[in-house]
Amino acid sequence: MAVGEIASIRVSAGDTAWMLVATAMVLLMTPALGLFYAGLVRSKNTLNTFMMSIGAIAVAMVTWALVGYSLAFAKGDGFVGGLGHALMQGVGFAPRSGMAIPQLLFFAFQATFCIVTVALVSGAVVERMRFGPFLLFAGLWSVLVYAVLAHWSFGGGWLQAHGTLDFAGGVPVEMGSGFSALAAALVVGARKDYGRQALLPHNAVYVLLGAGLLWFGWFGFNGGSGFSTGHSSVLAFTNTLLTPACTLAVWFVLDLLRGRRVTAIGAATAIIVGCVAITPAGGYISPAWAMGLGALAALPSYAIILWRPRTRVDETLDVLAAHGTAGLTGILFIGFVAQLAWNGKSNGLLYGNAAQLGHQAIAALVGPAYAFTATFLLLRLIGLFMPLRATEHEEALGMDIVQHGEEAYATGEGAILVSTEVGLEGPVPVAQP
Amino acid sequence: MKLVIAIVRPEKINDVLEALYRAEVRGISMSRVQGHGGELDRVETYRGTTVKMGLSEKVRFEVAVSDDFVQRAIDAFCTGARTGEVGDGKIFVLPLEQAVRIRTGETDEGAVTPVDK
Repeated sequence: MAVGEIASIRVSAGDTAWMLVATAMVLLMTPALGLFYAGLVRSKNTLNTFMMSIGAIAVAMVTWALVGYSLAFAKGDGFVGGLGHALMQGVGFAPRSGMAIPQLLFFAFQATFCIVTVALVSGAVVERMRFGPFLLFAGLWSVLVYAVLAHWSFGGGWLQAHGTLDFAGGVPVEMGSGFSALAAALVVGARKDYGRQALLPHNAVYVLLGAGLLWFGWFGFNGGSGFSTGHSSVLAFTNTLLTPACTLAVWFVLDLLRGRRVTAIGAATAIIVGCVAITPAGGYISPAWAMGLGALAALPSYAIILWRPRTRVDETLDVLAAHGTAGLTGILFIGFVAQLAWNGKSNGLLYGNAAQLGHQAIAALVGPAYAFTATFLLLRLIGLFMPLRATEHEEALGMDIVQHGEEAYATGEGAILVSTEVGLEGPVPVAQP
Repeated sequence: MKLVIAIVRPEKINDVLEALYRAEVRGISMSRVQGHGGELDRVETYRGTTVKMGLSEKVRFEVAVSDDFVQRAIDAFCTGARTGEVGDGKIFVLPLEQAVRIRTGETDEGAVTPVDK
């Protein structure tokens, strides 16, 4: 579609206004995720962990503009989109069919999804993966995995054509990141101290604040995925309030049953799990079922969070449990309780349409399988050309100093100013005593 | 009766604690300090400001032991804290004039002998 083809198609001022705001809200989720992740790691890795999210913005925004958007949303086959919108060709003020917002805004909104999904995967490899290889991985992953899954789910790909309902990205964003995270953790390997020493979160307040900001951004994420100010957006928006609240409540009970105390980091995790679970289902299920989904989604994610640290798999920040598992729960739940009366598209099993559950189950099998396999092979490939992880010595020093030459909590005590001519060449030797 | 002070790398804390535990040295205190032991300085950049960090994070253990335990404590610190690189730290052994266990009023050797219960 050419930039000039504006006249015939109407753009809605209201829809556009909301989507502009929603796009900014979703972009906020990436630094919010950085904060959330940074609180969960040890203090010597704070900046590196945060920078992986910021790095995702730098890399994925560019790849999205170059080819990612096109492979996801341009006309192509069922597996992948074409190159019709590569380099943002034809992405202008005219809307895509069925929408009343400029395609340029749709492009920006979807870009923020790609960015935050890439950032999510970083949770699996923090505290030991080198920054350069991570950026390379982020760029390739955003095209080879995210764009493909996004095409399947909402770019006109085979899942969407087949009838799978995925409102805001249960397949590409949540299961895509969660199962990729598992593959990444397996390829990169565990941290050197994993399973030998307690590796604890260094700032639970960051974690809670990050979760709160993520939840805020998620109103744009889910509420914007109707691309309008219509019913589905209002429904998804309200469900984004209901579901995580119910997950929180059930998480509290699970914490109480298990340890007799309600934990703060557990609460932050519950917020994420709830937001993830409602992501695919937001505009398709009734508010009452959204509450039920919130309660239900807590169970499998809680179980995996308890089980995973007992294994050898150092999937460090539990992206699989919080995103992969909760996304899977949400995708399947739609198949049971989707209601035509609420979504205008399809009923689920409980409302007489068993076929919908079948469509959802296919997505729940194939989405994770593709994400896992593609990520595994991609990282193995990158690993052939460069070491993926820092040395043990560097890991002990902390990735902030080693990868960035900065500290999150530098005091400046004992710091000597260096003139720029001599200062930028790495470590300066000093006299041996 | 001696006071053994060991200044070690923070990333070796757990190894040191484990070595001390194996050597049956139980009463310890630990503090975070900054120091310089001749290792290479780190260069860090914050916006336009480049600095050489003259002080590194270190951890200081203090252990009061009876004379029989001095060598065991020293061996434990060496095993736990050694990496072979410059900056592994130092151990200082000082004579200790008096020690009192506050709870019981025990003094000297009795005060620095761990309680089994």
